[in-house]
Amino acid sequence: MKHTISELEDIASQVRRDVLRMVHAVQSGHPGASLGCADFFTALYFEVLNHNPEFKMDGIGEDLFFLSNGHISPVWYSVLARSGYFEVSELATFRKLDSRLQGHPTTHEGLPGVRVASGSLGQGLSVAIGAALVKKLNGDKSLVYTLQGDGELQEGQNWEAFMFAPFHKVDNLIASIDYNGQQIDGPTEKVLSLENLQAKFEAFGWHVITSDGNDMGEITKALHYAKSLTGKGKPILNLMSTQMGYGVDFMVGTHKWHGSPPNDDQLKTALDQIKETAGDY
Amino acid sequence: MKKYTYTDKKDTRSGFGAGLHEAGKRNENVVALCADLVGSLKMDAFIKDFPDRFVQVGIAEANMMGIAAGMTIGGKIPFTGTFANFSTGRVYDQIRQSIAYSGKNVKICASHAGLTLGEDGATHQILEDIGLMKMLPGMVVINPCDYNQTKAATLAIMDYEGPVYLRFGRPVIPVFTPEDQKFEIGKAWMVNEGKDVTIIATGHMVWRAIEAGEKLAELGIDAEIINIHTIKPLDEEAILKSVQKTGCVVTCEEHNKFGGLGESVSRLLTTTYLAPQEFVAVNDSFGESATPDQLMTKYKLDPADIVAAAQKVMKRKK
Repeated sequence: MKHTISELEDIASQVRRDVLRMVHAVQSGHPGASLGCADFFTALYFEVLNHNPEFKMDGIGEDLFFLSNGHISPVWYSVLARSGYFEVSELATFRKLDSRLQGHPTTHEGLPGVRVASGSLGQGLSVAIGAALVKKLNGDKSLVYTLQGDGELQEGQNWEAFMFAPFHKVDNLIASIDYNGQQIDGPTEKVLSLENLQAKFEAFGWHVITSDGNDMGEITKALHYAKSLTGKGKPILNLMSTQMGYGVDFMVGTHKWHGSPPNDDQLKTALDQIKETAGDY
Repeated sequence: MKKYTYTDKKDTRSGFGAGLHEAGKRNENVVALCADLVGSLKMDAFIKDFPDRFVQVGIAEANMMGIAAGMTIGGKIPFTGTFANFSTGRVYDQIRQSIAYSGKNVKICASHAGLTLGEDGATHQILEDIGLMKMLPGMVVINPCDYNQTKAATLAIMDYEGPVYLRFGRPVIPVFTPEDQKFEIGKAWMVNEGKDVTIIATGHMVWRAIEAGEKLAELGIDAEIINIHTIKPLDEEAILKSVQKTGCVVTCEEHNKFGGLGESVSRLLTTTYLAPQEFVAVNDSFGESATPDQLMTKYKLDPADIVAAAQKVMKRKK
């Protein structure tokens, strides 16, 4: 372990403050799943990934991460900044004119840490598979990680990719699903039910593990375990339960904060619940 | 009229297949992907010699475009192969976000473009692909005119850094350009110098423009014929120079008149040097089942249609 669980929890706490302050500042953006995934991102970037903040697009010799559900950019930007990809002060430019921190992540403005644009849903896993295939071609033993939303799984391209990866034995790939059960129009089970996701992934030939994405100890352990399963002929799928809005009592567990920012009073109430551990930007 | 002859007829897709095989030999970073159309795309030679550098994606074009985008990360140069319809319209958003907006070095190689796909009919005959691709910022759009030019273009795009749409087709047509040609992206090829009317053609229409030029010569009309193989970036200098000389232009393409080469030429002329223009193109229509020749006649893409357009546009000259 590079960090103790308590240290990781402190980082995630600061990341949650960043998320809330970013979306509040421009009164737009997606706080719900950004808060829900703060623990996953923190565990990934501060504990699990073998990565280099001196960013190189080709990523040869290092682990790669692709975010498919690009709307949770605030949490990714915060973690990238706090792990050294760019200055933390740049978080203040989120969604503003001439910023590298676009509403949805992109390579277009050259933000370090981003290797493909995402936002239009369902495309990230395919891109990650391509990058993973090239790692094999290049004899590069490092790994490829992805995150997708659960609502995003309603996009058909995902299932093309879910079918492809096991058949082609893309076993250097760890895909995580943000299984929060919420999407813009309501609970996934009411909008378009995902039914038994674990059984579906297993039927497609993935090695499926489950985890609690809002328990730092457990998500860290799960990602290390996923890593130990690579190289055995199957891609790994981490079905990660989270709660949208986790960490803020009035935001948790509802789709209502998917794409709505807090107002001034709500921000204050929310920040009062989350410890400032590494200094606000 | 300069005399063009040919000894062989071949399909442009075979030029792509030969070019891809050669590209594979020249650069070990070249990889190829296909969505269950290996034979149609003539990728067999590449696959035989470089099996580890080929990815069979299955009938899943969206996934193929995403995988291709991902394969650029780590230094590969992916060439995707499927029909033009499934290379563009079916996967527009994947190309837009994961390839074009992300600036990925993917070569989208599309066979069976246009009406000359023939009997399969309109579901497979895309006539909107040039428009779709040229509207994407940063996308290079190339539609070569014969086997040799398609082979040369395939090799040229390997050396170009950035996303490219390469359009070619199914029918066998005369091979009339040099085997050892140097293909310059964005550089027009002067087929015949003339003074009365400029005929600008792309893809399969170039040979038809040559046939039209011969007929026009018999009628005493000296046509300048230009092959625009690269629709984007457009060789504006070559087009302007010609139209300033002849004072009128006919554009020829196996594509809808909306969004194609003709509209690119119109935009250039209306903003720089006004001159009358006629379009030899499909008149905002889907295709249908028939032989390629029957379709080219029905949809008014024959040499006779180019001749008629040239005569018409010359009358509108100031």
